Amino acid sequence: MQSRISLFAIFNTLLMLLLAFVMLYPFVYMLAVSLSSDVYVMKGEVTLWPKGWNLRMYELVLGDPNIWTSYRNTIIYTVLGTAIAMLVTSMGAYALSRKDMTFHRGFTLMIVFTMFFGGGMIPTFLVVRSLGLVDTIWGMVLPGAVSTWNLILMRTFFSGIPKELEESGRIDGLNDIGIFFRIIVPLSKPVFATISLFYAVGIWNNFLYPLLYLRSQELFPLQVLLRNLVLAGSVSSGQVTQIGGDNLVVEDSLKYATIMVSTLPILIIYPFVQKYFVKGSMVGAVKG
Amino acid sequence: MARAFRRSKYLWLLFLPCLVYYLLFKYAPMFGLVITFKNYNVFKGIWASDWVGLKYYRMFFSNPDFWVLMKNTVLLGVYKLVFGFPAPIILALLMNEIKNAVFKKWVQTFSYLPHFISNVIVASMVIMFLSPTGGIVNKLITAFGGSPVNFMMEPGLFRPIYVISEIWQHIGWETIIYLAALTAVDPQLYEAAGIDGAGRWRKLWHVTLPGIAPTIMIVLILNIGKVLEIGFEKVFLMYNPAVYSTADIISTYVYRVGMEQGNFSYASAIDLFMGVISFIFIFSANYFSRRLGGTSLW
Repeated sequence: MQSRISLFAIFNTLLMLLLAFVMLYPFVYMLAVSLSSDVYVMKGEVTLWPKGWNLRMYELVLGDPNIWTSYRNTIIYTVLGTAIAMLVTSMGAYALSRKDMTFHRGFTLMIVFTMFFGGGMIPTFLVVRSLGLVDTIWGMVLPGAVSTWNLILMRTFFSGIPKELEESGRIDGLNDIGIFFRIIVPLSKPVFATISLFYAVGIWNNFLYPLLYLRSQELFPLQVLLRNLVLAGSVSSGQVTQIGGDNLVVEDSLKYATIMVSTLPILIIYPFVQKYFVKGSMVGAVKG
Repeated sequence: MARAFRRSKYLWLLFLPCLVYYLLFKYAPMFGLVITFKNYNVFKGIWASDWVGLKYYRMFFSNPDFWVLMKNTVLLGVYKLVFGFPAPIILALLMNEIKNAVFKKWVQTFSYLPHFISNVIVASMVIMFLSPTGGIVNKLITAFGGSPVNFMMEPGLFRPIYVISEIWQHIGWETIIYLAALTAVDPQLYEAAGIDGAGRWRKLWHVTLPGIAPTIMIVLILNIGKVLEIGFEKVFLMYNPAVYSTADIISTYVYRVGMEQGNFSYASAIDLFMGVISFIFIFSANYFSRRLGGTSLW
């Protein structure tokens, strides 16, 4: 019996190692290929570690002004969008958590309803267009300013804060706005961190909004540029022939390098913020 | 009324931006759905365009693409449910068996990672790895003596590729809720079962699974509710005209008809039709989950 259990443990450990490998290997492979010289890539000798180390692909990617523009755009959208989203969401969530707000129930129903039904892609586009947001920074920032899911997560968190704290603020002469900013916000730093991260990742990765609402190249975020380069395959042939070698291989390496450049921030930050994400998903799991 | 308003006027002020957001970006588009009964004309605007009644609905139902689109949408959702739902449960049970806390933490961290990678990058990776020219999968196939397969051009392969990539992306993240439920199972029950002579499998069957059954039920019900809600982004990024016969779903069709061909009324009518069906799905799923376990979206 004892030996059967340890056999399972070994099997399970191997399985988990395989899982970690499957999750990580695509990134390792792309990094290895993008750092190798094309001779070795073509022979299929690059699997885990770069061979014939060179940084030419990265020089090319980083030498392309479009990458920098879209990088800057993505950062602007993410920072501005997260700031606005947090302000609107947290204030709204706090008001909704207060049962003494008039129409508290009506507003809650109105918001929850949008989780089940919406106008859909085209009518939303028409509204965004008639507001004059198409092809502006605001088209990226405002239509996603509140995620109903995040709003409800925050509301649940705020409802758990003891009423006595609000009372003490009121005795000190604060109104509801003062109570929110001076008492509630400082008490809720972890939940603010978590929800901001959810918003930030959502905006960073968003492809639908720029696809629908942006038209000019100089406003495109990273995800659109990536799609145009990698999927639509519009790597300028000049760049490729300029390096020489096997075109297809060079093109692939160039694409992998572009993917790595745009994913690296997430890969680097991720281990440090991962625990906040998990906390956030737990808030949702234990809500009553 | 006026007094009630004065009492909570500061709360209203806090709520105002949120209210404006929902009115503008959620409710205005719902009223905009009136264009599905009109022949939307860009120059006349929504209100002045001519009424056409149910013309666009009839157009869609009599369109030969209708059944193909419905079938593709339903099948993709059902496959995702059938394979994507049990996967994280099995993984969570296996993770729960890891005794070494540090190793467990590492495995979890790695398995959550793909959840935070954008759909554009996941789609790019899938397409490049499966490419017949230089993709790593085809290199492996040829290395073992097979002939290269043009994966993304095979209509029969789109659904498996999509579902597998979805599982890769989200399996780790979806274990979190089950792992939380697993920590709540009373350890005394395992001891008692052990004294009664239960082995690993009997403990799993008689203690662990009943312990997390309520969580499994609720996640299942919510997933059934979302079966028709397939993310637009990923299908749009992964498909191509060669595989439209299996890959084209309602939302991608709506995008092509509406945004690319500019037929706003027709596209919105299709979207509304689908919206009503998924509303019924989600609403009934929520109703059952509330009746069964008390957990629901609201």
